[in-house]
Amino acid sequence: MMKDPTARIENVERWGDYCLFSVETGEIAGRARPGQFLMIRISSQLDPLLRRPISIHARENGRLEVFFQVAGRGTEILAQKEIGDTLDIIGPLGKGFSTDERLKGMRVLCVGGGRGIAPLYFLAKELRACGASPLVLYGGNTAADIPLRMKFEEAGLPVICSTDDGSFGFKGFVTRLAAREIEAHSPAFLFACGPEAMMKAAARLAESRGIPAEFSLESHMGCGIGACWGCVKRIRRGVKEGWVKICEEGPVFPGDEIVWPEGGA
Amino acid sequence: MVDLSVDLGFLKLKNPVLAASGTFGYGLEFAPYLDLEELGGFVVKGLYYGPREGNPPPRLVETPSGLINAIGLQGIGVEAFVAEVLPKLKNLDTAVIVNVCGETEEEYVRVVEFLNGRDGIAAFELNISCPNVRQGGACPALDPGTTSRLVKAVKGTSRLPIIVKLSPNVTRVDEIAAAAEEAGADAVSLVNTFLAMSIDVLTRRPKLANVFGGLSGPAIKPIALRMVYQVASRIKVPVIGIGGISSGADALEFLLAGARAVEVGTASFVDPDASLRVIREIGEFCELHRIQRVEELIGKLETG
Repeated sequence: MMKDPTARIENVERWGDYCLFSVETGEIAGRARPGQFLMIRISSQLDPLLRRPISIHARENGRLEVFFQVAGRGTEILAQKEIGDTLDIIGPLGKGFSTDERLKGMRVLCVGGGRGIAPLYFLAKELRACGASPLVLYGGNTAADIPLRMKFEEAGLPVICSTDDGSFGFKGFVTRLAAREIEAHSPAFLFACGPEAMMKAAARLAESRGIPAEFSLESHMGCGIGACWGCVKRIRRGVKEGWVKICEEGPVFPGDEIVWPEGGA
Repeated sequence: MVDLSVDLGFLKLKNPVLAASGTFGYGLEFAPYLDLEELGGFVVKGLYYGPREGNPPPRLVETPSGLINAIGLQGIGVEAFVAEVLPKLKNLDTAVIVNVCGETEEEYVRVVEFLNGRDGIAAFELNISCPNVRQGGACPALDPGTTSRLVKAVKGTSRLPIIVKLSPNVTRVDEIAAAAEEAGADAVSLVNTFLAMSIDVLTRRPKLANVFGGLSGPAIKPIALRMVYQVASRIKVPVIGIGGISSGADALEFLLAGARAVEVGTASFVDPDASLRVIREIGEFCELHRIQRVEELIGKLETG
């Protein structure tokens, strides 16, 4: 991990609340793995104070791409940056998805909900490079919440979309689509990123079918480098259970280690 | 060349900047971003005797120029600290200070007994803001009597200097500082965080699972500075200033108010090397204004 205080924004795309930056950031790009994240400074002033954790969406021609949704004041200010502006970035941080030889020749499901799609583009490309066959399931509330669908198609990555209101693709939750695909193709592995209720449902689904799975968790972070202990989630490993810093030991965890919060899904 | 060193009496620091406890992990987390030996020193995250689970999330909420945290002092405990962390810190040419916590007076003493005589620790910083389980969760820092008793107990055991870290959540912080000094404290550091809260108006729920948390960051700096000035005017032992410092100018305000050293806290979350920037900016200020030794500035506030 390293700091680049002057990463230049080379391209910006926006779809409503969603925003994609392509950033020239030298060495950070070279080290990045799917599932890792960046800590991006919002303002050079004292307010907003903290960096925001933003998932790495892609590495294209040596540039890093980030895709995020405006979810508060920090991301709202971030989304207003333009081509030529610079970002102060720390990264790549955390542990990403497992994309090893084990998955060679295997069918793999990548399930993304809303902005949770962000790391799955980088992941699907990496999986394909490893010789796996990824299928991306991309869900959103409405057609406006799945703006990246063409990007997957253009990269030749198989993608099926769903919307909760039926305005595009499969009508219903993306986890229902996942259940259908699991019945049809029995994938060897499932990766997911999205709202907690969605991931919890996907985790139950994977567990009930005996499919190993990994999930990328989200949390507010103070520092992103393991110093503040603010971003914890409940993790169980064998008999040991406790609050684990997702910036350091995650944000990606195996499904059987995550203790999902009660309620929801 | 400006002489940035400061003398706390019991400890000489190569410069007046320490990284503050709770914002610097156990130090090693920051090694990829800065040379730890360039710091005056750093205070490791508060240690109870055993490992501690901490509070459920959400533990953090950002507020204007500030951060409210309710981590709950999650930590690894002294045994793991000595086995796994201290060996990697002990040869560093910088002051490593251990922040000591306890649920009871006995636990503070046990932590100090366990760490006494271990190579590589320069001093203890006593976190007197820990809730006391036997006193309904009230912390020793709230009262001169409980502060005094705890400092005496720890001083009776410790073979290292004791810096008492004061809470700002009191009516008269200088009274608590005087009690700590009287009980034998070698120095005091202040301020710890301000008790605070934040509410989500849509869900009508507190933004922290713990409801209350501690406010830190630039938002608290003016209040912290006033408290440091009050304490430095009242006691003779060295005062270490803490509270929202994120630039050399901020640090200089605390030195002028009477602090002999400062701690940089929340700024290290924003920029892992913030403490080095503070050191560099103090040096640049001194050079520009032909101040040969940074100690010349300590307590030199003009109020006439």
